[in-house]
Amino acid sequence: MLIDSTLMIDLFLVTFACFSAGAVGALITARSPTLSRVVGHGCALVGAIAAFAFGVAGLAGGSMELNVPDLLPIGGAAFGVDRLSAFFVVVIAVGAIPAALYAIGYTREYAGKHSLAGMAFAFNVFIAAMILVALARNVLTFLALWEMMSLASYFLVITESEREETLSAGWIYFVMTHAGFAALFLGFLLLARATGTMDFANWSVAATALDPTSRNLIFLLFALGFGSKAGVVPLHVWLPRAHPAAPSHVSALMSGVMIKLGVYGLVRVAFDWLGAGPLWWGATMLIVGAVSGVLGVLYALVDADLKRLLAYSSVENIGIIMLGLGAAMLFQASNLPSLAALALVAALYHTLNHATFKSLLFMGAGAVLHATHTRNMEELGGLIKRMPQTAVFFLIGSLAIAALPPFNGFISEWLTFQSLLLSFQILAHTVNLIFALGVAALALTSGLAAACFVRAFGITFLALPRSEPAALAHEADWTMRAAMALLALVCLALGVAPSLILAPLEAAVFDLMGAHADMKFDWSMVVANNSFGWVAPLWIALGLVAFLMAIPLALRLMGVNKRRRYYETWGCGRALQTARFEYTATAFANPFKRVFALLYRSVKELDIEFHPESRYFVRTITYYNEGRLIFEDALYKPLLRMIQALAREARVLQSGHVHSYLVYILVALVALLILTV
Amino acid sequence: MLTEIAIELLQLLIVMFGSPLLVGVIRKAKARLQGRRGAGILQPYADLRKLLLKEMVISENTSWIFRFTPYLLATTMLLSALIVPSLTTRAPLSFMGNIIALMYLFLLGTFFLALAGLDAGSAFGGMGSSREVALAALAEPTVLIAIFGIALRAGTTSLDGIITRSIAEPLLMLNAGHLLAFFAFFIVALAENGRLPVDNPATHLELTMIHEAMILEYSGRLLALVEWAAGMKLFLFLTLLSNLFFPWGVALTNTPITLFSAFVALAMKLLVFAAAIALVETSVAKLRLFRVPELLAGSFTVALLAVVSAFFIR
Repeated sequence: MLIDSTLMIDLFLVTFACFSAGAVGALITARSPTLSRVVGHGCALVGAIAAFAFGVAGLAGGSMELNVPDLLPIGGAAFGVDRLSAFFVVVIAVGAIPAALYAIGYTREYAGKHSLAGMAFAFNVFIAAMILVALARNVLTFLALWEMMSLASYFLVITESEREETLSAGWIYFVMTHAGFAALFLGFLLLARATGTMDFANWSVAATALDPTSRNLIFLLFALGFGSKAGVVPLHVWLPRAHPAAPSHVSALMSGVMIKLGVYGLVRVAFDWLGAGPLWWGATMLIVGAVSGVLGVLYALVDADLKRLLAYSSVENIGIIMLGLGAAMLFQASNLPSLAALALVAALYHTLNHATFKSLLFMGAGAVLHATHTRNMEELGGLIKRMPQTAVFFLIGSLAIAALPPFNGFISEWLTFQSLLLSFQILAHTVNLIFALGVAALALTSGLAAACFVRAFGITFLALPRSEPAALAHEADWTMRAAMALLALVCLALGVAPSLILAPLEAAVFDLMGAHADMKFDWSMVVANNSFGWVAPLWIALGLVAFLMAIPLALRLMGVNKRRRYYETWGCGRALQTARFEYTATAFANPFKRVFALLYRSVKELDIEFHPESRYFVRTITYYNEGRLIFEDALYKPLLRMIQALAREARVLQSGHVHSYLVYILVALVALLILTV
Repeated sequence: MLTEIAIELLQLLIVMFGSPLLVGVIRKAKARLQGRRGAGILQPYADLRKLLLKEMVISENTSWIFRFTPYLLATTMLLSALIVPSLTTRAPLSFMGNIIALMYLFLLGTFFLALAGLDAGSAFGGMGSSREVALAALAEPTVLIAIFGIALRAGTTSLDGIITRSIAEPLLMLNAGHLLAFFAFFIVALAENGRLPVDNPATHLELTMIHEAMILEYSGRLLALVEWAAGMKLFLFLTLLSNLFFPWGVALTNTPITLFSAFVALAMKLLVFAAAIALVETSVAKLRLFRVPELLAGSFTVALLAVVSAFFIR
């Protein structure tokens, strides 16, 4: 089907008209919070739908080249779409459509306390900037939009500025995103200088002529910049602070969509701009991915803050995506292009899937927060009876993220496993060992993720409420539920009919790498590498449904006892059952804390205060068990101390005398003139 | 077409009705080794029948998840029975998934069972859930590395393909890596099915329970479904162990003679495994809970050795 390029331009303009209308409209109607909330987010919703249509058209083969000269220096603002960009626009839209719908209902509680118009404005700018980043085609366009995206998200993160932790989280996010930006800036400029052009289109050919040292340096800079945005360990420290602090629809967007733009950048660098690199690039990615996956989920397992748990889980899933990316790079460096394409398809599919189920989970957490005003799992419980529909949606999100059939997480993890297992075709022992450890890491991550979400769903929604607010919770309003229902349906659809997305994804990877992925799929089955492995997700889903209906029927036909009696939970003869007897979130995580104690290095303190007159009577017992933040202590604090020490030394230059400043200017001017001439 | 359906149905029926018998045989063997007479090998059937005739007592704190989980457990096991090649490699529905898909189906059941354990709001259930998911998570790397080891030798991860390849090259089975992978998989089978030395299926002490603690609140037909599903899981794991690692007797074609000999071969192999499990359970004491990760780490190392040996002996 030939997509007319005028159709593409029309869709592009409609998208941006909607976002601009949303941004401006929110500001105009600032007087009336309800109106600005509905107008701002409603226009964002329509714009996101248009963006989805644009992305689908791009995946079907449509192309577009748009150049706005004079908007930015050196070449103007250049936009273009190829299949990879279109895929990421689809990912953004899949996250943004439910987020905008959700925001209409969710932001109601901010009325009167914060500027709804400001939130809606920043929301529109944020989504528009993300879409444009995926479509940017020269250096300055990319960087300008990247910065706009970071700033818009910063303002959204610090919405609840009355809390000190929000401001501190926003500040850390701000600094880390700009440190990453600096690395990106340097990398882009070095690459542009080496290849002589600022346009992305010409880089893939010109970069092959670069010398290895500069290529490695540029790769490292890009890896640092895009990696910090994606949230790989050890550059992840901003994620568990910023995502919980932001309002839930923003957390959903940031976790589900924004960090994927870091993945987009890495895919561009490894497969488009810099071309095939040495083995150590892929190996580093794979190892970083494995470490991020395991560490992310381990930190999620011991966290009692529901949203911070989800943020760490995002770190874990980025790790899984990096595993696929690293595998693809290793295959490419070993001259196995079809396997590289398979691994890349797996990584990109997981990117889309994570956008869907992570957004769903954050929205569920937001509904819980909205109803109970607490994120602490130790105060929740029993919500499945008070918020039944939200519970079902959160359960679907948990099943999807734990990679269980018949949902989408299962298919993308299955594909990632298959591509890692196919590494035996590489005949280098070190690489084989790295892949084997990657398989082990992915398996451990997968199992721990299942455990993590049993805990998250079980403690939050099941059994009895552990506090008054949880006992009085109410169901979320219809916009929030509709948004979650939409995402839950998408999770199921992508899990049962993966060929819907595999076909365009495979085409996108073919455009990028020039090789077809080593897989076959049709409406019911996915086959990897001819006969290495196969799975039929639709049949599994049908089989599950069929047996689920057949078993009760068979039991009824057999004439089993149908009577049931409701009574108290077994308490060993104890007469009273209260919420204090339930298992807590901290207790649930205890086995993991003990097994991985070396990693958590928790600080434990036990203070017992006795009655002054007799040690037989205990007044209070205080138990303190906190995991230490290893990366902050070991990596960031020394770095910060060093920077502060250097800054103190450099203070000598700030003498306060105008004359010395004039001398500095003269010296700098003369030096610049000498260097350039 | 009709024969294919009949064969698939036969495999399903064998798993459905054979698993209580397997459980009964293991209990009888254990009893004999412990110097007791023990109940008859058909006792589990009587137990299931008794449970089905009893009224269910359900805790007021539970939600629909509690009532849904036993049905889901039985469903995942029945679906797995269609995929696992117990008699023949030419079952028509085996295309549904390879060995990795099978492991994830088992994990689906574990996930819901852990949720059901938390649902009643009792400390025992929560404890059982917490321990169960911890051990399941720690067993995952071993399982997948063992699968990697098997797939390296067989060149495929599909169950039928592995068996066909192993039968075609019998010397493959004497390979050191093959036996290492078998050993690792055996330890995982013990862990996943709640057998000693990981978990005592016959304990009455709640604080020592893992699997039993999660199902403490179940009664009546829900408990019958849970016990039956646990039996089927054991049956399927042992079938996998016998047919993947020692595939003698598995039918490669669907003729009555090959199917009958496959049935006899399966029965004999399961008998040997039942005796082995009874022996292990009688001679080994239950490990302290926080020693089990060490056992699993050991089995992981063994599986990794299996994989590494495959790389170096190519």
